[in-house]
Order: sequence, then structure tokens, then C-alpha cells
Amino acid sequence: MATTAFQKIYTKISQITKATCTLKATDVGYDELATIDGKLAQVVKIAGDNVTLQVFEGTNGIPTNAEVVFLGKAPSLKVSDQLAGRFFNAYGNPIDGGPQIEGKEVEIGGPSVNPVRRKQPSELIATGIAGIDLNNTLVSGQKIPFFADPDQPFNQVMANVALRAQTDKIILGGMGMTNDDYLYFKNVFSNAGALDRIISFVNTTEDPAVERLLVPDMALTAAEYFAVEKNEKVLVLLTDMTSYADALSIVSNRMDQIPSKDSMPGSLYSDLAKIYEKAVQFPAGGSITIIAVTTLSGGDITHAVPDNTGYITEGQLFLRRDSDIGKVIVDPFRSLSRLKQLVSGKKTRRDHPQVMNAAVRLYADAANAKTKLENGFDLTDYDERTLAFAKAYSDQLLAIDVNVDTTEMLDVTWGLFGKYFKPEEVNIKKELVDTYWPKN
Amino acid sequence: MTKGKVSGIIANMVTLSVDGPVAQNEICYILLNGVRLMAEVIKVTGNNVYVQVFESTRGLKVGAEAEFTGHMLEVQLGPGMLSKNYDGLQNDLDKMDGVFLRRGQYTSPLDDERLWHFKPIVKVGDKVRAGDWLGEVEENYQPLKMMAPFRQKGVSTVKKIADEGDYTIKHIIAVLTDEQGNDVEVDMVQRWPVKLALTAYAEKLRPYKLLETGVRTIDTFNPIVEGGTGFIPGPFGTGKTVLQHAISKQAAADIVIMAACGERANEVVEIFTEYPELNDPHTGRKLMERTIIIANTSNMPVAAREASVYTAMTMAEYYRAMGLRVMLMADSTSRWAQALREMSNRMEELPGPDAFPMDISSIIANFYGRAGMVILNNGQKGSITFIGTVSPAGGNLKEPVTENTKKVARCFYALEQERADKKRYPAVNPIDSYSKYLEYPEFEAYITERINGEWTSKVNEMKTRMLRGKEIAEQINILGDDGVPVDYHVVFWKSELIDYVVLQQDAFDEIDAITPLERQEEIVDMVIDICHADFEFDTFLEVMDFFKKVINICKQVNYSEYKSDDYYRYRKELDVFLATKRK
Repeated sequence: MATTAFQKIYTKISQITKATCTLKATDVGYDELATIDGKLAQVVKIAGDNVTLQVFEGTNGIPTNAEVVFLGKAPSLKVSDQLAGRFFNAYGNPIDGGPQIEGKEVEIGGPSVNPVRRKQPSELIATGIAGIDLNNTLVSGQKIPFFADPDQPFNQVMANVALRAQTDKIILGGMGMTNDDYLYFKNVFSNAGALDRIISFVNTTEDPAVERLLVPDMALTAAEYFAVEKNEKVLVLLTDMTSYADALSIVSNRMDQIPSKDSMPGSLYSDLAKIYEKAVQFPAGGSITIIAVTTLSGGDITHAVPDNTGYITEGQLFLRRDSDIGKVIVDPFRSLSRLKQLVSGKKTRRDHPQVMNAAVRLYADAANAKTKLENGFDLTDYDERTLAFAKAYSDQLLAIDVNVDTTEMLDVTWGLFGKYFKPEEVNIKKELVDTYWPKN
Repeated sequence: MTKGKVSGIIANMVTLSVDGPVAQNEICYILLNGVRLMAEVIKVTGNNVYVQVFESTRGLKVGAEAEFTGHMLEVQLGPGMLSKNYDGLQNDLDKMDGVFLRRGQYTSPLDDERLWHFKPIVKVGDKVRAGDWLGEVEENYQPLKMMAPFRQKGVSTVKKIADEGDYTIKHIIAVLTDEQGNDVEVDMVQRWPVKLALTAYAEKLRPYKLLETGVRTIDTFNPIVEGGTGFIPGPFGTGKTVLQHAISKQAAADIVIMAACGERANEVVEIFTEYPELNDPHTGRKLMERTIIIANTSNMPVAAREASVYTAMTMAEYYRAMGLRVMLMADSTSRWAQALREMSNRMEELPGPDAFPMDISSIIANFYGRAGMVILNNGQKGSITFIGTVSPAGGNLKEPVTENTKKVARCFYALEQERADKKRYPAVNPIDSYSKYLEYPEFEAYITERINGEWTSKVNEMKTRMLRGKEIAEQINILGDDGVPVDYHVVFWKSELIDYVVLQQDAFDEIDAITPLERQEEIVDMVIDICHADFEFDTFLEVMDFFKKVINICKQVNYSEYKSDDYYRYRKELDVFLATKRK
């Protein structure tokens, strides 16, 4: 960034750590941006005339006499319709060779929506995946992450969900994404002819880790522009939020903060909530839906990142490889969509809630039977039937390669009930059994 | 008033150098480009004052000026608070402009213009103490008492009292002469610092009166009482919020205050979207009429999170002083503790367990201690029933917030991942959870009169059966179905019957969601009768088939409207079916 006339330049840095520089400066605002020999940095601490700057790309090679220029503004993004179809880095600069964006300059990480100006989400987002639509229905304005181990195909599932969902814009925020995954998204979206409604902010593994901290706010600032000013339905994909949290812990460590659980900063909950709570349904029709990825280590959801995320988001989708059918499924036990009751049985067929619960209950019985089997006990006839049911249910509904509409999912489930059980074994309201239990 | 200048900034902790005296917890305003940012003093060292700012400090510079107010964080108490949506600092959210919250925007919690129909209670010459009732106005069909100032010391004499009529909140409704002979003008608004307990009552009682929630696992198994305290810990996804909303919808209370403390904004939206449509099951009026929301959602400033629970508690105390039954819910107290942790960390205090501040236990204990049933000076009773949720990190109950809450809350509703995974909702663990009130002789006496003398013994029998059922389930897991006698299976399935029919409840089914106490009594009798019956079985398979069918019929009973044709039909079907195996 070029300096302009009358701008004060500081050239005496008093302290340098791996991520921060401290110098004496006056008239500096909190959160303000600065450049240090052209590298972007942000004010994170002011004590008298000592100002500490966090340098996004790291302090490698910064000399004590580096030129420090304060820019008088917080990180910001120029927003306009020109954003559509473009690819940017974490600073909001184009990386697709196209021109700079012209538009209104908006500070990122802006204020929250007044809760009384929100509307209750009520619009179903269909994905065709029964593990989602049947058991964990998504609703516009919802925020929900995939919890998955790094080896699971979460980016593919997310790309599928994004393309099948009826939305006006899809905004991808990539943090610590491998270059291969970045290209994968780019190809999938362009093959689907959807590039003109995609906007991407990408920090790849080749970029400095701390830069990632800007990505979600950039993506969500763009999302707010389209949802508020254009009343559009915006879907924001954030992958991977664990990489984001790792960057947070690096910064807090460099700032000498006392770490809390799993070396994460004590403010992790608030930091994540600020991002996820941008998901919103506006009364005027615009909405921001956030689907994120939180990678787990060995399926451990008690780690601080998935744990705090679970308390913030409206459910989670848990991917797991089912060894019985050899496919990845959406785990019905650990997955949950908290907003599903706003649509299931209301925007879908009325038997939806009961069928969903009954099927999961029977699936749980199958899990018990499996434990019995593993412990070497004889199985009852009921156990055998639940196991057979579980396998069919997993294969025909839970697997992520399923693509059917919700009514068909319900019919398939009733079909499985009829095949393996007696009506009194499924514990569903009699009136519904009378209507939907398979005849013959 | 004291003034200060900003000398340091780390996130929302700001250091000021001041030119005069300041008090701990005093409120000041920092000026930033014409916007006033509210802040609270949290530490003083010499002329340096540490304040936590209730807003974002983006753009704040060293040298910015601050003005101190001379008082702590206060709320305004008066008519006009019911059905309102406030933030943690008691700003009326509906009065704010724009879609987004702007920092430094503060709105009045009460309405200065609205007229209230006032009826005097005291007459000239009467002696009154702090909190004594001077007159009454009605809001949302609720008689609200206008009281002698809570700050008043000793006994005052009523010098003037307004006649019955329509007045605004600023109208002087009474003039009181205090013990020193000074005249004090009283209007309908009182100010009170949120961190001080409002104790304008004669004495605090041991609570005894069942507070009906319509949730069977609470009312029947682990009852909460008017003026009682309870807490709901649970990992995410186990139904904390659904359970809390169910209680808030159905509880037999006059006023319900919901403090959404660092939780999801959409949960608040759910309340103000649905409650204006839903009926209070006890009065038939709209739920919103008795509800106040204090919303400090997770994306709102962290420092105001702590304030939000105190704001809510102070409002509850105000209504309790009117002789009303208040239900206060805070979701979640862990977020409040985390806000304390963030600030303690920035102040570089030595951390306690899990980096929480050392005094977390006394902070929690003092807060829970503010709830309770009291006798007012005039002999009337008022109560605050408080239920807080706790969000333990990683679902592990051995963490400071859960442990310290357990020491002070008398009811413990442990939500369990395993039950939630099996969709056994509400996922309250029937064995770990408890209500200390079941042991209170006062409660026993009350419930004997309200239901019958056998109630507690029936409840205890069911609890024992649940425990026994769990033990047998473990034995079956080890020894196999064939490895235990058929009788064991019967005992196990009787515990499953209690679980499915009494404990599990469908919060989203119109009928099943709320069970009035008489109906709970019938369900308990129905289930206990089956538990006491002897049946003939040859194999464990027969046991399972039989009880599955029994459970299924009982559930149809639960789903049927009380005392409807369907209800009696299923009851009959149950009797007929039971007879087939009875000895």
C-alpha cells in the first residue's frame, strides 16, 4: 500500500516477537491497520504510547528500523455486485487476475444484528441427502458445522449441499485450505455453471496462518451486503474452522495470554460466536446461512474447538464411515439440527417428526444388539430384525450419496418399518400408523 | 464529577488515569467521536483505573476523555417492563434504530408517556418501610405494587398520596416524611444497583410449595418449588434449551424472566415469535404478557453478559417485593463465568482452576442466594424460583462452574448425552438427578395435602426401580439375556415402562408436552399398578414383547386428550391386554 502525503512514518520498533511488533506512536486507534515495510498489521494493544501490532504474515525479516505507517482504519472490504464470481485472498484483494472491486468500503467484523430485528427461520433448505433432510433438516438462517475427521469427504459433501440448495449467492471462506481443495471447489462450481453466484475468500496452507483470522469476517461482510442490501439468500461455507481456531491460539500465545482448555484462548467461545451469530434471517427476505467444517482429532468432540462450536451453532452434522455398508454416513446419533422442528412436519409431511425419531430409536436398538453380538451373546429375533433394518436404513437413507426428496425418504422409511417390524414396535401415534403403514 | 483520560487499551479492557475519587463498579462513559461508550470500574491502582467497556473499543485512542457517573450499574424499575425485550444493560431493544446494534446507543427501558391507572393502598398518616406498598397499577392483568423507595431507611410517614387516577411513571404519587423529618417525593420509578440484593422483606422462608411445570421428570421425579433453585447442566445437543423453554412456558408463575446470557440469538427470536401466540396454561392469557426477555446473545459485548444476569435478578426481586411468584431462567451461567474469565485474564490475575477467577464459587453462591421465597413486611409471600443452565466444557461435569453450582442449587437436572443419543427426551438422567426438596418435611406436608400421603413413597419406589433396572441392564450386558432369570427381565422392563411412560415426554406434541399434576398422578398410578402386578412368562422374549406392547398402549394414552373418548378407549385396551398375562 502506497503512503500518501502528510502521513506520519515511524521507523523505530522497540520490540519484535514472532507475530507482533511494538513501537512508540501516538494518535493510534484500537483495531487500526498499519503497514510495516509494506506488511499488513493490526493494533492489538495500546499502553500509553506503546503500541503493539500483530503482523498478519509474520515478522520474518522485519528490521527494527522498518517503516511503520498507520492507515487510520480497521480492516475493510469494498462491497458491490462486482464481488460476484470473484476469488480473493484474506485481505480482500483479487487473486483471479481480475480488476480491483469498486464499491462502498465497509469495515469487516461490524456490529451484530439487533435480535428483535431478526425473523424466526422457517424456510427449509433441501439437500437431497437423507441424513440431513430426514433426520437433521436445515433451515435458512441457520448455522451448522460438519464435524469430521480430516480424512472424511466433508468438502465434497459441502460442495454438494451448496449446489443443491436454492440460494442466490454462495460465499466460500477457505482457511488453511490445501491448494488442491481450493481448486476442487473452483472446478466443481464452474462445472456446475454456478461460478457467477460464487464469491471466494481463500487462505491456503501456503499463506501465513494468522491471515486466516480475516477470512470469516471478509466472507460475512460480503454476505451481509447481499443479504441486507439486496435481500438475497446467501449461503456461507467456512472450511476449516479448526484452522481458524489454531490461528487464534497462536496469536493469544504470542500475546502472553493464559491459555484455557486445549491451549485455546479463554475467549474462544466469544471469538467463534461472533462469526457464527452472523447467520440470520431478515424480515425483508434476505438471509445468511452458515455451513462450516470443524475437523476433529480422532472423532473427539470434547476438544475445545468442537465443544465450543457445538454450544454456539444450531446443531452439527457428524460424518462417520459405516463399516457395515462401506460408505460414509451422516451419523444419526451425534448429528442434530436444532431448527428442524421449525420445518419438519410443517413444511414437510406431518409424519416426518415421528418417523424420524422412531427410525433413530430402532437404529439405537440395533447398536445395542451389535454390542451383544460383539460380546458373544445370542441375539433375539427382534435383535436380528433391528440389525437388518439398520443396515438397510444406513444404505438407503443415511449414506451421503443419497439424493431424493423428503417425501420419498419418508416412504422409504415406512417401507423399512413394514419390512422389519410390527406396528407396536415402532411407537408411533396410531393415527399415523393407520395412514402410512405399508399395506400388504 | 471525576473525569479520566484513556491511557491503555486491550480489547474491551481500558485503563484510565483519573483526576478524582472513583468507586469500585462505578459506571463511566468514554467519549469516542461523539459516541458515549459505557464502562464499569473493575480495578483501581493509584490514579490508574481499569474499566471494562460494554461495547467494542475499535478506533478508541489514548487520550480520549471519560466521565464518571457516581453510581454503579443500575436498572430502572417501574410499570411497563412486561413483554419487553431488553439487552443486558436494560436498553429496550425495540426502541433502537436500524437492523444492526450501534455502539453507544442507549434507550430508555420504560415509557415516560404511557398512563397507568393508579389506585392508592395507603392513606395519609400511615407508617411505611422500604418496599411497603403505597398503591397499585395494573399491567397485562397483573396487579403491580408501587412501593416505598427501596433506599429508604427506617420508618417514614405518608404525608401525601395521590388519588385514584391515570398518571405517567414520573408523576409524584406520594410524599413520605422520613425519620429525620425530610419530605421525599415518590414516583413510579425506582433505581437500584444490580449487584446489590434487594432485601426489602421481613424474612426468607424454607420453600415448600410445588411449582408445577407440566414436565413429568421434574414435577413427579425431582420437583422444584416456589422460591427454589435448580440447575440444568448438559453437553450441547442434549436439550437444555428445549427443557428450559418448556419450563418457562408451562410454569405456574406470575412473571417469567428469561435471561439469554451469551446464547444464540435465534433462541431469543423463538421466544418473542412464539410466546405472543401461545397461551399461559394457568390463566389462558398470552405467554408474552407475563414474560420479560433479557438478551445478551453470544455476539453481543462480552462485558454486558455479566450485567445481564444481574439485571434479570434485580427485576425478579422487584416483582417478588410485590408479592408475585417470579420464575427466573438464565441460559447459560457458564457464559457468564467465561466472561469473568476473559476479563480476569486481561487483568493478568492469577488464575484458578481451568483459568477461571478464584472467586468464582462465591460469585455463583451469592447469585443463587438471591432467589428464594420471602415474607414481606405486610405478611404476603413472594418468590423467585431460579433455574440456571450450565454448559460444561466437553460435557464433563467435573469443571468449576458445574461443581460450584452443585454446592448451592437444590435441584440438579443432569442432561445426559447417552439418553439424548437414544432420543429419550427430556434427556434428564433419572438416577443422577435429584431434588433436595423431596426430603423437606415442609414439602411432604404440602404434597400430602395437594395430592395424597403416598405420593413421595411412590416417587421413591419408581426411583428405586429405575436404579434396579439399570443394574439389571448391566448384568444382562455381561451375562447375556439367557444368563439371568426371567424375573430379572420383568424388573428391567418395568423400569423401562417408567422411563417410557413417566419420564419421556414429547415437548413438541400438543397434548404430551404439558401434563397437569392430576394427570401426572393418574399416570403414576397406572404405571405403579403395572409394576405391582404379577405376570406369567415362560421366556424373556415374552417379557419383552409383552412390555413393548404395554408401553405402546400407555404412550397412546399419553398422546390422547385427557379424559377424552380415545383416552378411555386406550385405558380399557390396556386393562384388557394386561389381563392376558396377569397371574
